[in-house]
Amino acid sequence: MARAVSNNRKLLNTVIAWTIGILIFFPILWTILTSFKTEAQAIADPPVFLFFDWTLENYEVVQERSNYARFLWNSIIIAGVSTILGLIIAIPAAWSMAFVPSKRTKDILLWMLSTKMLPAVGVLYPIYLIFIELGILDTRIGLIVVVMLINLPIIVWMLYTYFKEIPGEILEASRMDGASLKDEILYVLAPMAVPGIASTLLLNFILAWNEAFWTLNLTAAKAAPLTAFIASYSSPEGLFFAKLSAASTMAIAPILILGWFSQKQLVRGLTFGAVK
Amino acid sequence: MGRITLKQVTKSFGDVEVIPPLDLEINDGEFVVFVGPSGCGKSTLLRLIAGLEDTSGGTIEIDGKDATGLPPAKRSLAMVFQSYALYPHMTVRKNIAFPMRMAGVDKAEQKRRIENAASVLNLTDYLDRRPGQLSGGQRQRVAIGRAIVREPAAFLFDEPLSNLDAALRVGMRMEISELHTRLKTTMVYVTHDQVEAMTMADKIVVLRAGHIEQVGSPLDLYREPRNLFVAGFIGSPKMNLLQGSEAEKRGAVTMGIRPEHITVSATEAAWRGTVGVSEHLGSDTFFLVNLEGYPDPITVRADGEVSLHPGDTIHLIPDESRIHRFDAQGLRIP
Repeated sequence: MARAVSNNRKLLNTVIAWTIGILIFFPILWTILTSFKTEAQAIADPPVFLFFDWTLENYEVVQERSNYARFLWNSIIIAGVSTILGLIIAIPAAWSMAFVPSKRTKDILLWMLSTKMLPAVGVLYPIYLIFIELGILDTRIGLIVVVMLINLPIIVWMLYTYFKEIPGEILEASRMDGASLKDEILYVLAPMAVPGIASTLLLNFILAWNEAFWTLNLTAAKAAPLTAFIASYSSPEGLFFAKLSAASTMAIAPILILGWFSQKQLVRGLTFGAVK
Repeated sequence: MGRITLKQVTKSFGDVEVIPPLDLEINDGEFVVFVGPSGCGKSTLLRLIAGLEDTSGGTIEIDGKDATGLPPAKRSLAMVFQSYALYPHMTVRKNIAFPMRMAGVDKAEQKRRIENAASVLNLTDYLDRRPGQLSGGQRQRVAIGRAIVREPAAFLFDEPLSNLDAALRVGMRMEISELHTRLKTTMVYVTHDQVEAMTMADKIVVLRAGHIEQVGSPLDLYREPRNLFVAGFIGSPKMNLLQGSEAEKRGAVTMGIRPEHITVSATEAAWRGTVGVSEHLGSDTFFLVNLEGYPDPITVRADGEVSLHPGDTIHLIPDESRIHRFDAQGLRIP
């Protein structure tokens, strides 16, 4: 029977989806659980899953030992400003590529993406030296620029795909209807592109938040964001898994919550064009 | 007023010249149809008039004023697109109001014109819906409504009916014709469908590769096509074109005769052939006939229901007064 088969199929798909979902989420779940364990329980063998003495001790220690708020603030500034700056640069760029493409538009897009294929460490030295030269090592401004540049290709690509979906005829219609360039952007383009811009903003904010390579290498104390905060707990004096987990949980919590509330936008953003 | 004059207008994309120098006069209140096969430049020509493409040379005048360099918004033309190009995030009401909002028409007047257009186009019940909730025909009417309220000097239609199904297309064709009768505003209409051209136009402009092949009323083109291209393009089914002895006999290189100008004869007649495939439409019957000595079959129309079977021998009488003669260059011999 066709119906029975399709129900079995559905069940199978659900099981597979949940399995993959749990596999992906497990490290995060484990980190969160570990953050509530004592150091001894954290390294217990065999590992304990749920039945341990739940404690907030690690959070207290982490809070005492480092200034979480400052790291958080740096993360917010770096991720937020670099995202907005990136959008300001990428929107006109993607716009012109989508609506007034030249012969080389495709090449430029590919070239931009190709910079993402370069191992970041390959340009660490030059950038480090430039930072020293400009005196922007361990400053938020320096990091904002670097993080923005790193994510720029992705922002442009995402926006380009969105804008491509907007039929050019609608823009032409608005021109025929007497809209000036300002009106065209304000009343026709922007409202149609808002979902795309919003998902790009969200995804890019998450990418910038999680950016670790550059933030770790180009900061010391002043401009260090939450990534550096986590790293500071994997210290040479031995690994304190529970405290490291507590620090990690605190670092990922804001973005996890943001992601949870904006998941609809994000999924739409990532699958846009594929399922239209 | 809506008189549009094109003087030596050209358009090139890179090295490719899609419109060689072209002159055309569109009179006020005329319904002009640009027709031609795809890629003939008819849409480009319309977009040049609209101002959506810049000309590479020549001038476009609207009501005697040079509009060549004007942006689309300043030409007081309204356009209806093939894809309707409605604003998906606005209701029907807002879609129709948009051009008036841009022109700064006051609210009360906007409301009056929207209601007027909605009643003319049967959209009153749909004013608060969004384009996504409308059928193809309704969307097309919204696009027309948006064009009407501007009270433009001329309407431009870019294949507006191609996305509609056959039945709806016939209906909309009539509605647009009626609209023209009522508004008496100049309309420039692009289509590849010669039936649309024949039924709607005051004046047809037949285009091929950017060249104007012929300009004239539908019946002018039907009766006296200037060359083989127009002869083959206008009329449905197509005109039969014959070369060889039959053409030579009449002092031409190619002779043309339309399917409706050939009669079937019961007795021995001028032409003899065998019946091939036939199409029964009820009102007419079209059948292919293989003429003796000619490789390609010709199409013949008969009134009503005719029962002929493939392989039957048939005698045909061409109407000598309706024969078209063409020379070696494919031009009409008067």
